[in-house]
Amino acid sequence: MNTVRTSPHIHGPLRTDKAMLLVIAALAPSALWGVWAFGLRALLVLAVSIAASLLTEYLLGLVSKEFTLRDYSAAVTGLLVGMNMPPEIPLYIPVIASAFAIAVVKWTFGGLGCNWMNPALAGRVFVFFSFTSQMSSFTLPRWLQLDAVSSATPLSAMKTAVTAGAAGRSTDLLAGTIPNTDFAVAVADKLGISPYAVDAFFGNVGGCIGEVSSLLLLAGGIFLIAAHIITWRIPVIYIGSFAILSWIFGGIPYGLGAFSGEILVPVFSGGLMLGAFFMATDWVTTPTTPKGEIIFAAGCGFFTFLIRYFGSLPEGVSLAIILMNIITPTIDRFVKVKPFGYVKKPREKKEAKA
Amino acid sequence: MKLATFRRGGVHPDDKKQLSKDKKLERLPFPSELVVSMSEHLGAPAVLTKKKGDTVTRGEVIGTAAGYISADVHSPADGVVTEIRRVRVQSGAVAEAAVIRCNPEQSDPWTEKHPWRGMSGEELLRLVRDMGIVGMGGATFPTAVKLTVPMGKTVDALIINGVECEPYLTSDYRLMIERPDEVLEGVMIAAAIVSPKRIIIGIEANKMDAVALLSEKAAAHGYPIEVMPLKVKYPQGDEKQLIKATIGREVPSGKLPLDAGAVVCNMGTCNAIYEAAVYHKPLIERVITVSGESISEPKNIIAPIGTKFSDLIAYCGGEKDDAVSVVAGGPMMGFAVSDDDTPMVKGSGGLLVLPRMIDDFSAPCVLCGKCVQHCPMGLQPNKMFRNIKYGNYQAAIDLGLMDCKECGCCAYTCPSHLPLVQGFKLGKKLGRKKK
Repeated sequence: MNTVRTSPHIHGPLRTDKAMLLVIAALAPSALWGVWAFGLRALLVLAVSIAASLLTEYLLGLVSKEFTLRDYSAAVTGLLVGMNMPPEIPLYIPVIASAFAIAVVKWTFGGLGCNWMNPALAGRVFVFFSFTSQMSSFTLPRWLQLDAVSSATPLSAMKTAVTAGAAGRSTDLLAGTIPNTDFAVAVADKLGISPYAVDAFFGNVGGCIGEVSSLLLLAGGIFLIAAHIITWRIPVIYIGSFAILSWIFGGIPYGLGAFSGEILVPVFSGGLMLGAFFMATDWVTTPTTPKGEIIFAAGCGFFTFLIRYFGSLPEGVSLAIILMNIITPTIDRFVKVKPFGYVKKPREKKEAKA
Repeated sequence: MKLATFRRGGVHPDDKKQLSKDKKLERLPFPSELVVSMSEHLGAPAVLTKKKGDTVTRGEVIGTAAGYISADVHSPADGVVTEIRRVRVQSGAVAEAAVIRCNPEQSDPWTEKHPWRGMSGEELLRLVRDMGIVGMGGATFPTAVKLTVPMGKTVDALIINGVECEPYLTSDYRLMIERPDEVLEGVMIAAAIVSPKRIIIGIEANKMDAVALLSEKAAAHGYPIEVMPLKVKYPQGDEKQLIKATIGREVPSGKLPLDAGAVVCNMGTCNAIYEAAVYHKPLIERVITVSGESISEPKNIIAPIGTKFSDLIAYCGGEKDDAVSVVAGGPMMGFAVSDDDTPMVKGSGGLLVLPRMIDDFSAPCVLCGKCVQHCPMGLQPNKMFRNIKYGNYQAAIDLGLMDCKECGCCAYTCPSHLPLVQGFKLGKKLGRKKK
């Protein structure tokens, strides 16, 4: 007896669970860099986040009788939560974040495919507003620690300086507050850019565990694009629109005037790379049409810019993406694809009045 | 050189043509029994004119066209009608079929060449209709209807479809390689019927040897034919995508290729037109590729219409142990058949014996948008599928469900392995019923 099924009888290489594993693989280099930079404590945070996320998924599976650990989406959520935590965070905070992400944001709405915002980001934002001081105390990578263990991120240090009335570029604002590696100073001298941009690119700055090395995040993102899991549209347009807005208007709050804002330091710091390549490209919470993706990404860029430069928070990536996640169903509803051979429906002629 | 193709969507499955690409055409010895369905084509089934016990001769009409969109059916062999029964063909249609027991000796009355060049378009068209020719790419639309150009319309381009974009299939390729002069003459006969401004043969770039051979032969005969190599992309062999790829026009939704000034004809159809016009031979046999990982010996076979798939499989050395499904047609749009005794029809260009090709993975829709990106018709399969799932057929139709041609690009890419095409087939059927 032959097996009968509907066409097509072959299938492409893409599969949800395998795609999730590839996302984990793409995130791994950056996560490992975090562990290398901040020590084994960072590894513990990552492990606790993932374990909490898997456990929540399993326990809720007992309730709903759906066992979905095999699709690995909970593992991705847990890893992303962990990578969004400062390395010295008390361990109950990532547990709360993971549980909130899986239980409230994902499971309540129907599980994978039904969540209306990125679970990992929602978890991060939830604990950020609940435990603001713990969530914003960072440490420097081991090799930059001199006497002070804790330090601010470049963005928050710049925000503090500007709020206090200072003005200028990152080199002026951060001198003395945040150290540079000798390598960064040398490279920056050659290229004529800020050494803070170089350090942020290579991951020699304080920040959340998984967001510091822009280079490795970029590599992971390009890998995902090459594997056809994400498209180039969201990351490129997100980062591009943010960079353009930063250049045009970003100088204003820093007393530099229009068309002279810094680009490299803001682009390489504050989790923008992690957000643009791994959070804003989440399948479930982004529009399905190419045009919708463009609107979504441009919106992310705009809100990130707005929050970072004109809001009270130093970082805006997570809030900007969540905001656009909420708008996504509306985008998908109104942004239509033009079908092949589209014919405009003739307008019904109004009856001439007698 | 940048090759032409259609712009939107499409997928790139592994073409697997190397399995049967170099297998020369061979003629199947007459099987003992043929099952000739009256539903060989798109449109109304033909009306059977023979009874049980009647003798039939090869090429004799045994079913007459029932209406305008229909076609005559001819006996593929000399023999006796042993039974009339209702038979399911590959597309799922059930219709009356004549079971013919073939005589051991078969006649071949089509050896004399007839001149066609002096004939008018109408005379050639009548020949095409009388010989029961239908589109041999798989859709089996009656060719005489397709080649009838209504008053006031002109054909800017006659496009010959040598794309064969479905993986595994090589029947058109073998025709082009082994019978280039014949198919080109068939193209010129079709051109004499529709009098187009341009004649284009579209062939995908994985068959560059066919491109070279046909261009050389066309030049040698002095035919005004352009042979156009196209970038490999599924579903380029679809009429609408091929028109877009070759002349850059989009057929308006719900309209025919003629509304874009084009007539598209398959390569196998051109071969049938040649035999009809030159030898007055009806369409009673065709080339079929028997391939797949689980057939012992892939082959390209010329077989009479009505041959049972089991006879073809036996001729190719039988199934291997890992065979799981038998698919009539290509792997993207073909029909899995449950019964190996299903007979070949005029649209059967391929028969695949496949091992397990798709795993049982399933997950909910994750809204990744791959189906939207890959839909060549610019539809939103995810939304249509959701509406069909909840019984909202009208909403799916408003989203363009009727423009869907079930090419399978969406289901091919879907990471959650959703049965999208199955949903659309169901939605179309139930949606039509509701109206």
